[in-house]
Amino acid sequence: MLTYVANRALQFALALIVASVVVFALMSVLPGNAAQVALGTNATPEAVAALEAQYGLDQPPATRYLGWVTGMLGGDFGTSYVTGAAITPVIVGSVQVTGILVVAAIALAIVIAVPLGTFAALEQRNWIGVTISALSQIGIAVPNFLAAVILVIVFSLTLGWFPSQGWMAPIEGFGGFLARLVLPVVSLALVQAAILTRYVRSAVLDVMREDYIRTARAKGLTRTRALFAHGLRNAAIPVITVAGVQLATLLVGAVIIEQIFVIPGIGSELVRAVANRDLLAVQGIVMVLVLLVLIINLIVDILVPVVDPRIRNAA
Amino acid sequence: MAEQLLEIRDLSITPAGSQTPVLSEVSLSLAPGERVGLIGESGSGKSLTASSVMGLLPEELHAGGTVSLAGFEGNVLEAKESRLARMRSDLVSMVFQEPMSALNPLMRIGDQIAEVLRIHGGASRAEIPRRVRDLLTSVHMPDPDGARFAYPHQLSGGQRQRVMLAIALANSPRLLICDEPTTALDVTVQKHMLELIAERVDAVEAGLLFITHDLAVVAGICDRVIVMNAGRIVETGSVEEIFTNPRHEYTRGLLASSDLEATDENGKLFTLRTALRYSGPGDAPAPRGRAALAAADGAVCSDGAGRSDCAGRSDCAGRSDGAVRSDGAADVVDRVHPGTTSASGTAPSSGTAPSSGTASASEQGALIEVTGVTKLFRPRGLLLRRRAAVQALGGIDVSVAAGSRLGIVGESGSGKSTLLNILSGLDRPTSGHVRVGDIRVESASTSALRRLRENLQIVFQDPFASLDPRMRVEDIVAEPLVAAGVPGDERTGRVEEMLRAVDLDPSSMRRYPHQFSGGQRQRISIARALVTRPRILVADEPVSALDVSVRAQVLNLLTDLVDDYALTLLFVSHDLGVVRHLCSEVIVMKDGGIVEAGATEDIYADPREDYTRKLIAATPSLAGALAART
Repeated sequence: MLTYVANRALQFALALIVASVVVFALMSVLPGNAAQVALGTNATPEAVAALEAQYGLDQPPATRYLGWVTGMLGGDFGTSYVTGAAITPVIVGSVQVTGILVVAAIALAIVIAVPLGTFAALEQRNWIGVTISALSQIGIAVPNFLAAVILVIVFSLTLGWFPSQGWMAPIEGFGGFLARLVLPVVSLALVQAAILTRYVRSAVLDVMREDYIRTARAKGLTRTRALFAHGLRNAAIPVITVAGVQLATLLVGAVIIEQIFVIPGIGSELVRAVANRDLLAVQGIVMVLVLLVLIINLIVDILVPVVDPRIRNAA
Repeated sequence: MAEQLLEIRDLSITPAGSQTPVLSEVSLSLAPGERVGLIGESGSGKSLTASSVMGLLPEELHAGGTVSLAGFEGNVLEAKESRLARMRSDLVSMVFQEPMSALNPLMRIGDQIAEVLRIHGGASRAEIPRRVRDLLTSVHMPDPDGARFAYPHQLSGGQRQRVMLAIALANSPRLLICDEPTTALDVTVQKHMLELIAERVDAVEAGLLFITHDLAVVAGICDRVIVMNAGRIVETGSVEEIFTNPRHEYTRGLLASSDLEATDENGKLFTLRTALRYSGPGDAPAPRGRAALAAADGAVCSDGAGRSDCAGRSDCAGRSDGAVRSDGAADVVDRVHPGTTSASGTAPSSGTAPSSGTASASEQGALIEVTGVTKLFRPRGLLLRRRAAVQALGGIDVSVAAGSRLGIVGESGSGKSTLLNILSGLDRPTSGHVRVGDIRVESASTSALRRLRENLQIVFQDPFASLDPRMRVEDIVAEPLVAAGVPGDERTGRVEEMLRAVDLDPSSMRRYPHQFSGGQRQRISIARALVTRPRILVADEPVSALDVSVRAQVLNLLTDLVDDYALTLLFVSHDLGVVRHLCSEVIVMKDGGIVEAGATEDIYADPREDYTRKLIAATPSLAGALAART
């Protein structure tokens, strides 16, 4: 198990290094010089060269890459060529916002999907199971921005329970923070819950057909108790993997919801940086996203053998 | 009459949305402490009957009739799940067929045993660890203390089945149902398991309902036998009655086809169709030289159409030469002349020259030559800790002459399949040389491997998993032809011809594997293997997953095809009985090495190694089981 974790950590580090090279290379080959962009088309070549020297753009790529990486390792993502502001605070702030939003959404999705999917599997022949299946089907088809708009119309504009947009950090006021969190989290979670419900349902149906469930019933457990004692943990293995992928997709996928609710998340910052041709900020944000996705995968990779001794031993 | 422990009256089972029952008018009873065998082929309804008693029928099946159990009020079929749950394990327990999947893979063995004690409150919390250890000891689990903390995947199939038995008997039920508990196990493990079941059932004084398709298994353990066919009970009687004087045609057929020591006048195993001439187990003498005999007469009758007739006719041309009943086996040996054995003419005559064997084969220029082959498996770790390698094969030398039939026998894990994989170029040896024809397999290029494939084809063990479920039969059989570059218009003809040769209707070409039975699927596998007209057929336990009745048919088919196509046969099995019938020579493998090699009958008659003796003794036989009863 220790070897397994060490191996995964090593893969993690390798992936991160490769990703940083790829991101840096991609940004370097993009047409358009940052200094030129900053100064506009009328700038004299001397002024552009002076700015390049100031940004260090006249250095060879390897030097610039190393400077960028060592800066990031020290927590410094550099200074924006466009705004002249430090990039790090922007990233740190927006990552926190998106992190809260996305983790809360996935947590809510799991809380909805696990009981619903299990119930749908147990009652697959009854109207209630069929209804859950049908609803989850519809839920997958609904885009999350549509869900967001409907939620805003009903719970904000009509009922006035929650604000329709904005963000408040928890330290500024926990009540305000929660109130502003509800609608975006729910709009993200509904679609994810619908997808996850289908996975949970099919995973539970699969384990219910397994021989060890029959063994458990032969031991004297009822069908439902056999499922709880033996089935759910087995069903969790594929569900964990899917939830991990969902979480990773949401990091950037939440951008539409962030825009609708005017939330300063990392997706919104990425869109802004791209629009402003703020190359260094784009580079930094993409690296942070890569890092987060890799962390999620690492956690999933470690969780699976914790649940499944067969993988633990093979590992 | 004392009250019956189990009483089933007019049980019928119908799938939802269907009018035709899969099980009808099944009535049987079992007295307290009685041991009853329930026999039948796959699909005969024996497992459904058992599930009904447990109240474990799948929801989509509707059951009618009554199932009553002593100690359970009312009809089991109509009881609520919560009442049934209390009854299970307390009154009736069950051991299932598949030890690999019957235990929860995520839970320690000890916890799984403890659970059954807890559910029924049979032991106080403090007592449970001790009871678990006692139960593991009672099923002769090695290291019962350590085993408690093992996960199922860390145990062998036999050990898992021991755990299942410990769980089933933990609450001393009145009735134990065993559903093919040993079918998935090696013969040696099967023998121990059967003894253990008998011992434990005795110890807790339970009744036993033992389900199997293999009559030889039942004879040793049961008092009474119930025979089922196509959802109905066809015959009931004591073991002696059923075995020595079966009244029903089907029973006779089952009996005949499970007897690998008896053959008809053509040297063929009896099947359900030819069972009328079967004289019963026990009186058949040692069938020496039968494999050679089969090789002799098979060469005469070579077309597919003629063969199926031959099975039922004794006047078939050339067959009279081999038309020796098993009671004349001694003569047979003298009548077989090496020169006439098979088309290739190089088949060693196992009966007449006991010393011939793998040694003589190499003198004649072997078709397959394996020298000093070893295989190590290294568990892979990226950098970091390196683990000890597992030696699967340690210095194997075998040579096989063209036209001979070599059996490779050994328990699971003895390295048989690894050797086959290396021979077939599916895996590379760690060291040593393999030559098949003029191809050096261990260093073969892709094109050489393709040539090897045209000459060496494989039939795998599992007829259910080895065929692509989404391919039509014609495409499955034609695939090796595609690989060999045979043009499309020629392929269809050859596929049709091959399907006829394995006794399948060519009109079934457009169907998919799931529409066939296990035996038919194995025929499809054989057709696929032979369609390129290979010189060598490699068969990896091709009949282990089949019912006995189907097993006899497939073995007969293999015998015929080996003759018709002048094949060199490599046949891997854990069942010495099967190998004895089919192969002229045998190698016995253990722990990656060859412990004994030679002519099959010599080794059978006079095994030099303890291990071989153990294997022979464990092979279930009707005559042996009957003799042991008296």
